[in-house]
Amino acid sequence: MDITEYISLVFTDYTLRTITLGTAILGAICGMLGSFAVLRKQSLLGDAISHAALPGIAIAFLIMGAKNSNVLLLGALISGLIGTFWIRGITSKTHLKSDTALGLILSLFFGFGMLLLTYIQKQPNANQAGLDKYLFGQAATLVESDVWLMGIVTGVCLLVMLLFWKEFKILLFDADYTKTLGFNTKFIDILITTFIVLAIVLGLQTVGVVLMSAMLLAPAAAARQWTNSLGIMVFLAAIFGASSGVLGTAISASHNNLSTGPVIVLVAAVFVLFSFIFSPSRGLLFREIRFRKNRNDLHLHKTLSFMYNIAKDHEDISHPHAIKILNNFHGFTKKSLQSLEHKNYIHIQGNMWSMTQEGYHKAANLYNQQA
Amino acid sequence: METPISKKHIDRPIAVRIDDLTVAYNYKPVLWDIDLVIPEGVLMAIVGPNGAGKSTLIKSILDIIKPIAGSVQIYNKPYKKQRSVVAYVPQKGSVDWDFPTTALDVVMMGTYGSLGWIKRPGQKQKKSALEALEKVGMLSFKDRQISQLSGGQQQRIFLARALVQNASIYFMDEPFQGVDATTEKAIINILKELRKAGKTVIVVHHDLQTVPEYFDWVTFLNVKKIATGPVKDIFNDDNLTKTYGINYKVSIQG
Repeated sequence: MDITEYISLVFTDYTLRTITLGTAILGAICGMLGSFAVLRKQSLLGDAISHAALPGIAIAFLIMGAKNSNVLLLGALISGLIGTFWIRGITSKTHLKSDTALGLILSLFFGFGMLLLTYIQKQPNANQAGLDKYLFGQAATLVESDVWLMGIVTGVCLLVMLLFWKEFKILLFDADYTKTLGFNTKFIDILITTFIVLAIVLGLQTVGVVLMSAMLLAPAAAARQWTNSLGIMVFLAAIFGASSGVLGTAISASHNNLSTGPVIVLVAAVFVLFSFIFSPSRGLLFREIRFRKNRNDLHLHKTLSFMYNIAKDHEDISHPHAIKILNNFHGFTKKSLQSLEHKNYIHIQGNMWSMTQEGYHKAANLYNQQA
Repeated sequence: METPISKKHIDRPIAVRIDDLTVAYNYKPVLWDIDLVIPEGVLMAIVGPNGAGKSTLIKSILDIIKPIAGSVQIYNKPYKKQRSVVAYVPQKGSVDWDFPTTALDVVMMGTYGSLGWIKRPGQKQKKSALEALEKVGMLSFKDRQISQLSGGQQQRIFLARALVQNASIYFMDEPFQGVDATTEKAIINILKELRKAGKTVIVVHHDLQTVPEYFDWVTFLNVKKIATGPVKDIFNDDNLTKTYGINYKVSIQG
């Protein structure tokens, strides 16, 4: 199936429409909440939470003995939350830093989850097949009820975010100060963290435990490059996330059903790469261009001020001088002389140069205007 | 000359009263049994060596750090009931200045406390934020992304945010850290104006040379409270030596 066929199918084919809608919503909510995680410098928390959710899925299956995805997600939610609060407990009650706590919980829960998965696979239960899809995700298993659930959670999340926007913003920026204003910072904090856990758990079926944190971080990291406003950043991250979902699904469906989760994550990574390079204010490309321009300008100014020092000792400032006296030490090149002439700061005749009135004025005020 | 000043302050109401305040991290006391009375309308420096617990004192007064014992009264009521009359200027380094927001937006945060939950700031809040920006001389930078401000400008923004709160008591954690002479002058002038308006200003301060010039009240702190009172009476070599442990000679003008 090629991409045009895919586009026509999205509107007619039930399965494809469900998957596309699901990944789009998932991308949007992850981008939104990922912005908060990134700004709180809790980027790795998402990774720990998603890995911590695995044993919950396995235990839920063991208890229920069936693969009802809502029950499994509930298990994931509970174990994800337990993991999160253990991480907090470790960082606040011991001397360990948060990266250590994250790594510890991540590997402990993931190891336990894998242990349970292999145990389940050895059981004589026909239902067990496919539980490992939660490792790397399988968007194809999304059904309409899953998409409804995602939609409802996203809606609630959006509502809460709009309601508590001011509180979220100030907590992200300055938690201590927020407390002195009389806000219950613990409550705001738990609200944000719970939503991040929810978004991660929702994504497990589609993107999987291992890659889930990229869904959270990539759109937010890309969005940060384009704006200096929190609102626009959250909005852009949602757009980038949703686009990654849709494009990823399209690419995977039109190429022999490549695994959707990894493709979505790779598309999100392309957004990040593009943003890092091409963002006007923070991007590498424009920074390099600005850097070069500044260097060239400085170069010209240096030559110009050297000329000025020579010219000001003469009564006639336009008195011609030999180019040779501007030796290489002062860094002139043919190009920089041409560029100075082009700007009408100097005249060049043969191998002599002379300063114009304009160039003299410019050189005299070179440092005044910068002050 | 000294006695009248002291008398003047004794007649004033007590802005902050701290009793038996003790703070410990992992069994090691950071603040030990602090009793402190700060009269209204003083501009007070808290001085002491590194690790003396100066920032911790402010943070535990403001309930950011939980003390293991002690109580804090603001105008004879527990701090928790008096948050609205207290403003806080944290250390500049305590936040991420690359946060996606503008100078005006940060100053607006000073109005969030009076707004309470959910309610959004409106024109009235914006107006008072702009006024505060003007007071600290940063009005022309209102739309700047905060990472594009210099250290001194960032400090002024923090000060403006506290001014917006229109509090009676201001706690400031090293507002002069890393700012140039011009900004230092500008900030101290604002603090002196606050004092003139009857506000109480408490400042963690590091530069002993400027204490007599800037402040009228001082507290020496080194885990325990060494001394507290009018600068003219107690800012002397004896207390400095007790606080800093070495013979610390500071010339005191006037």
